[in-house]
Amino acid sequence: MKYFRTIYTVWLREMRRFWRDRSRLIGNLAMPFMFLAFLGVGFNSSFSIPGLEGGYIGYLAPGIIGMSLMFTAIFTGISVIFDKQFGFLREMLVAPASRWSIVGGKILGSSTITLISGFMILGIALLMGAIPLSAITVGNILLAMVIMVLTAFIFVSIGLIIASKMNSMEGFNLIMSFLIMPLFLLSGAFFPIENVPGWMQVLAGADPLKYGVDGLRSVLIGVGELPVAMNVLVLFAISAVMVLIASLLFRKMEA
Amino acid sequence: MAIIEIKNLTKKFNGLTAVDNVSLDIEEGELFGFLGPNGAGKTTTISMLSTTLRPTSGTATLAGFDIIKEQHDVRQNIGIVFQDPSLDTELTGRENLRFHGRMYNMPHDLREQRIAEVLELVELTDKADIVVKKYSGGMKRRLEIARGLMHHPKVLFLDEPTLGLDPQTRRRLWSYIHNLNKSENVTMMLTTHYMDEADKLCNRVGIIDRGKIVAVDTNHNLKKVVGGDVVTLGTDNPQKLRAALETEVKVGKIEVKEDSITFVISDGDHFIPQIIKCAEHRGIDISSVHSDEPSLEDVFIHYTGKRVRDKEADEKDNFRDHVRQRQKMRR
Repeated sequence: MKYFRTIYTVWLREMRRFWRDRSRLIGNLAMPFMFLAFLGVGFNSSFSIPGLEGGYIGYLAPGIIGMSLMFTAIFTGISVIFDKQFGFLREMLVAPASRWSIVGGKILGSSTITLISGFMILGIALLMGAIPLSAITVGNILLAMVIMVLTAFIFVSIGLIIASKMNSMEGFNLIMSFLIMPLFLLSGAFFPIENVPGWMQVLAGADPLKYGVDGLRSVLIGVGELPVAMNVLVLFAISAVMVLIASLLFRKMEA
Repeated sequence: MAIIEIKNLTKKFNGLTAVDNVSLDIEEGELFGFLGPNGAGKTTTISMLSTTLRPTSGTATLAGFDIIKEQHDVRQNIGIVFQDPSLDTELTGRENLRFHGRMYNMPHDLREQRIAEVLELVELTDKADIVVKKYSGGMKRRLEIARGLMHHPKVLFLDEPTLGLDPQTRRRLWSYIHNLNKSENVTMMLTTHYMDEADKLCNRVGIIDRGKIVAVDTNHNLKKVVGGDVVTLGTDNPQKLRAALETEVKVGKIEVKEDSITFVISDGDHFIPQIIKCAEHRGIDISSVHSDEPSLEDVFIHYTGKRVRDKEADEKDNFRDHVRQRQKMRR
């Protein structure tokens, strides 16, 4: 009971901060929207993916949802660095509460925010006609939600792992260039991984986001490389490992 | 039983001893000052007592709970105001307190009642629903003190509570701390490197230097060790007064100025009236009396042999040195 209370407390704080900073939400939506609107419409006019009936914009939409999930999740996870800098982490760590619950609350809070932004991009894609309305069934929404939640767990944990090793945002450019961008570009958000050279398929295979994007694409537009169940299984396995590593590192953190 | 019992507490960082075999008892209800220069080991000691840092050896009990074996119970019974700010500046004051109450497992009604009480105590009730980033430095500090007290801790640690605040805000905080110590019936342990802060605020002071406790006693007793009171008498005839003092009362070296004389005397409170009587008797006018205790800074120098100011000491310091020398010889 006490554990849930701590989880809820930390989760609630994340929600409060998120709600208070609504301008951030708009900012979070702007980039994915522009990708969909300009890149999607742009490519739609000149290119088509072999064996794909719908246009390119439909192909791109699940990829952009995946991108938004990853960016939001890593950013919210990494925000623990600000808690370190502003000293609030000490307030949490010195309380008579279990560290597992604190990190659990943090992961759940950041994942909730990630999920909200994922669904908002989904809404935009539906409004733009990128994803057919016929794809929206209760079963599909639940399935998409499972994929989004697992993807969020993975990248929030990665954010937390980075935060446990860094004391300021100074190194963030490096993380952006050498972690976030490759994960994004190799995820198959823009193009099918099946058709790329072998070396790139190997790299993409190690990218957790690939399984999220592929799963969402299967669910939302009915096109996918792997079966949905396979994607969910891989995401589940990676998220379990990542959450565990993040929790262990967080437990050892000294404020 | 003392509320904090520190037994041979030691902390080493890579071979460097930050806290060296510290033993100390703090009684319930005390406002205890932990005084020392920066880097003396004050914060390290507080971190160990508040269970955020593991001692290399030794231990302590807090309200009867061991800081190594019963961390959870220790945490439930302490409040901390950290040296650096530790508020969520994106939340309001009240939201920060609610977060705290939930983390300390306080039931809803009690939590809301305590929030109202502690906000009242630090006079932030009307600012409670403003985001903390709009608070001034002093307001943030007060909110942190309120938060530290919210869950009825038996001990409140205040680590350099007035660091970086302007003199006026510092003085206001002192009065809050002083009053809360009484009204909330909470034992307080305060670290500071401001001598005047420990002097004004604390009943008892422990002086720490390079990880070692060099002296623990009441301010009054510590100052007694240095020597007596520094007394300055204003008069139109200092030479005559000097002659009178030298024959009638035993005092240390007398410093004569144009319209005053200054000397150190032990137990000045008792002797000053006698001196005035004696001066009147000889027809010497005394226009003013000023008596000053030695400061804790003098005490610090006495114990550590270190000066805070540079070698170029002013005359008063030389004067005190001389007195100290004499007293040592007398002993």
